Amino acid sequence: MKRRVVVTGLGALTPLGNSVSQSWEGAIAGKSGIGPITKFDCSSYKTKIAGEIKNFDPLQFVNKQEVRRYDDFILYSLAAAEMAMVDANLTISPEFSERTGVIIGAGFGGISTVYSEIHTLIKSGPRKISPFAIPAIIANLASGHVSIRFGAKGSINCAVTACAAGTSAIGDAYKTIAYGDADVMITGGVEAAISPLAVGGFGAMRALSVKNDEPRRASRPFDKDRDGFVIGEGCGIVILEELSFALKRGAHIYAELAGYGCTSDAFHMAAPPPGHEGAARSMRIAIKDACLNPEDVDYINAHGTSTPLNDLYETQAIKFLFGEHTGKLMVSSTKSMTGHMLGGTGGVEAIFAIKALQEGIIPPTINLDNPGEGCDLDYVPKIARHKEINTAMSNTFGFGGVNAVLLFKKYIG
Amino acid sequence: MTLEEKVIKLVMEQLDVTMEQCVLEASFIDDLGADSLDIVELLMEMEEAFGVEIADEELEKISTIKDVIDFLKQKGIN
Repeated sequence: MKRRVVVTGLGALTPLGNSVSQSWEGAIAGKSGIGPITKFDCSSYKTKIAGEIKNFDPLQFVNKQEVRRYDDFILYSLAAAEMAMVDANLTISPEFSERTGVIIGAGFGGISTVYSEIHTLIKSGPRKISPFAIPAIIANLASGHVSIRFGAKGSINCAVTACAAGTSAIGDAYKTIAYGDADVMITGGVEAAISPLAVGGFGAMRALSVKNDEPRRASRPFDKDRDGFVIGEGCGIVILEELSFALKRGAHIYAELAGYGCTSDAFHMAAPPPGHEGAARSMRIAIKDACLNPEDVDYINAHGTSTPLNDLYETQAIKFLFGEHTGKLMVSSTKSMTGHMLGGTGGVEAIFAIKALQEGIIPPTINLDNPGEGCDLDYVPKIARHKEINTAMSNTFGFGGVNAVLLFKKYIG
Repeated sequence: MTLEEKVIKLVMEQLDVTMEQCVLEASFIDDLGADSLDIVELLMEMEEAFGVEIADEELEKISTIKDVIDFLKQKGIN
């Protein structure tokens, strides 16, 4: 029988705030974290808006040298991991350092550093490339630096599954504990890709919203006027522990991570298929893994990107899987407030699902004025809802056809 | 600012060390906590600041602050 896994610490940086509490307060207040792009001159880009992290002071977490050398995705990971470790009241001692692992997912890694170093290469030649360029670019260095910082010597990995990366990471970390390979995992997702290459590249795919005149209303999942996702950046880190390990050290338990599902569409490199059966299968696997039934699911934090295809097909997948129970389900997209944090989204949205469970408050889908054709679920429009729930699911889907789903439930001893 | 002061200022910034640590004989690796990547970056900054080029075989000979200053003097920088 698999070992039980619980969540004992949370840390986050999002466009809504530089902590879990600020981000959560923003989300349940229905605030938007979207604004004009300030990270680079975007005057020649069609999209000029994003969900940026604001007023982040990395010196609270690292020294000046590290700020200069690390890409933002590493700095965000170190900051959120420290917040999660403090929240979990956890210090890794030699007794269990080899049983403590790290898996942090990222869609890109240091794409801003790729851009700046290529600029240096072309302008000044290979001798001017920084010796710190490669370790700032490669995606597994979020996990690497977190492991170094906290002395986690167990299993280490990195999920690079595009917009599902954070969820893949948490799912794999959960399995690592459940299977017995670790007792503690520091896990989640991160992205810091509000950079010319990413905004230009997603723009070329016509994937981004161009509602530049009303940034706070641009991310509008399930609405009939949705026109693409709003790129965001962020990091969400959770501490997972094997249940008896957490109990023995008297840890505060937020929730149990009861199930994980992962499937592939085997269909198209970027688009989901009509009906999105791969998403439905992924949700079904997570529910089965948790030894629950579809009727037991109370809330889904949807992938809900605000793209025309995703929101319709995700809705179809939910209706197909949940059948008559669909009417009782609450489904919301917090991307309406944070934008789409790509690899960070799975980490941050897992945290929102856990907070919804813990506090009995469902964060809303803001900007949902008129549901789009075929979008007819209870999306918790505009205003958060107070409702006690027992289970919360987090869906994320990524380019390459990845569908990754986590299922959290209230911890009952 | 003298050459020595300029070099020490750069070392302090790059390696995040104090003025007191930056005695002329200080070894980058043994005394100032640098690793091989730190040294490469530091010498790239020196190249930039003083408009010189440090070849790889010269780089290997540089291990202390004094080595850097001597090298720069050799190149005619004061």
